[in-house]
Amino acid sequence: MARYVVTRLASLCLSLVVASLVIFAVIEVIPGDPAAFMLGLNAEPEAVAALREELGLTGSVAERYLSWVGGMLTGDFGTSYTYRVPVADLVAARLAVSLPLTLYALVLSTAIAIPVGMIAAAGRGRAADIAVMGTTQLGIAVPNFWFAMILVLIFAINLRIFSAGGFPGWEAGFWPAMKALTLPAIALALPQASILARVTRSSVLETLGQDYIRTARAKGLSRRQAVIRHALRNAMIPVMTIIGLQFSFLLAGAIIIENVFFLPGLGRLIFQGITQRDLVVVESVVMLLVFSVIVVTFLVDIAYAAIDPRLRRRG
Amino acid sequence: MRGPLSLWIGAALAGLFAALALLSFVWTPHDHTVLTIAERMRPPDAAHWLGTDHFGRDILSMIMVGARTSIAVAIVAVGIGIAVGVPLGLFAAANRGGYIDELIMRGNDLIFAFPSLVIAILITAVFGPSAVNAILAIGIFNIPVFARVARGGALPLWTLDYVLAARVAGKGRFRISAEHILPNIANMLIVQGTIQFSLGILAEAALSYVGLGAQPPTPSWGRMLADSQTMISLAPHLAIFPGLAIVFTVLGLNLVGDGLRDILDPRVRRAR
Repeated sequence: MARYVVTRLASLCLSLVVASLVIFAVIEVIPGDPAAFMLGLNAEPEAVAALREELGLTGSVAERYLSWVGGMLTGDFGTSYTYRVPVADLVAARLAVSLPLTLYALVLSTAIAIPVGMIAAAGRGRAADIAVMGTTQLGIAVPNFWFAMILVLIFAINLRIFSAGGFPGWEAGFWPAMKALTLPAIALALPQASILARVTRSSVLETLGQDYIRTARAKGLSRRQAVIRHALRNAMIPVMTIIGLQFSFLLAGAIIIENVFFLPGLGRLIFQGITQRDLVVVESVVMLLVFSVIVVTFLVDIAYAAIDPRLRRRG
Repeated sequence: MRGPLSLWIGAALAGLFAALALLSFVWTPHDHTVLTIAERMRPPDAAHWLGTDHFGRDILSMIMVGARTSIAVAIVAVGIGIAVGVPLGLFAAANRGGYIDELIMRGNDLIFAFPSLVIAILITAVFGPSAVNAILAIGIFNIPVFARVARGGALPLWTLDYVLAARVAGKGRFRISAEHILPNIANMLIVQGTIQFSLGILAEAALSYVGLGAQPPTPSWGRMLADSQTMISLAPHLAIFPGLAIVFTVLGLNLVGDGLRDILDPRVRRAR
């Protein structure tokens, strides 16, 4: 196990290095002179020179890359050109919205999908199963941001149970903040829950057909006992992988959903960054997103190996 | 019965929107580029079956033209994924276990860490938003998907007797991949292609919704939803119809994908 973790850790570091090189190349090398790009066509040469100085664009490409990465390792993400504040502070404030939203949706999706998938598998071919399969087929086809708009239409505009958007901030208290995140989290969770419920169903069905379940039944366990003691743990392996993969979809989805609800999260930060050509912000936020996806994938791999010893041998 | 029936329902749904997209080249109920402010935000009636938007444009006509954008972006993105991903996957399988295989698969993992939204953000930050950049972003995202399917499908085939026979006959890895492996994984690729097509429609809608896709005046479903958002309490139909167009198209494609998998993929047939 220790050896497996070390190899995976080395490949994690390599992925992060290559990803940072790709992002750096796209943002800082392709546009030619980022300072001139950020200021636009009509910029004064002096202003461009000043910004170049300010952004630390005077050194060679290799020096700039190293200082960017070195800065990130010490928590220095550079200074936003439009906001004139350290990007790290901006990102931290926005993450306080996006990350709880993503996790809220992940918990909702998992809490709904696993029981629903198991119920469908238990009553395979019966009404409950058909209803679950039909609903999830529809759930997969619904774009989360459109579902969010429909939720706003029903629960905010017509029923007035939730507000249509905005975020009171965590300083307004835990429950008001969670309430503001509830509609967005439901909208995010629905398509992912649909996928997860289907994966759970087919995974449980597959394990139920295995020989060791027949053995367990033959030695006198009831169907329910066989499922709980033997089938569930095995069935959860593919389900866990999907949950891990869903983290990245939910994070990306959160960035889009924030636009529907006018939430001050990473999404609004990055889209403003794009329109205002604030490359420092875009570069750092993209790196952060890719970083979190790579780290979560790594954690899922490790958890996977912890559950299933057969996987440790594949380096 | 259930398999074929859902396949036909799906094909009918997807076919309907493909037909609407094609029809829009020669005919739409109204000219979608004409702004008639006096007739703005009309609810559905006899003249405008799905109503009009905030500029008085006919929603049905815009949905028909928008179908063009969605379908074109998704198809080309699937094409990029197949054209680049399948040869990579076949090449990796032909050199299975070697460092080339390792390199290709690690590269795949790396692209997987970039969701299509993030790729679109990167491209747009430097080149500005456009439908072409949306195609690129979704296409790049599709590459590792097809590479994995191709490699996964090809690996077991390399141990079969007819491949061995071909090797004994002196055929090289490239010829075997093209003549013996590819035809045998075509079914899997078709099924995956249908799934990526429907994901592409969803991704295009999301990208154009946040302004990273097709730019106005080109109608696109995501753009229509973004425009409708501020008027959703006054004119909900502006948000409902383009959304339903996305749902029906994606639902149709998913049903086709599931149905094709049941028919074409022997592993699924056995599992049932």
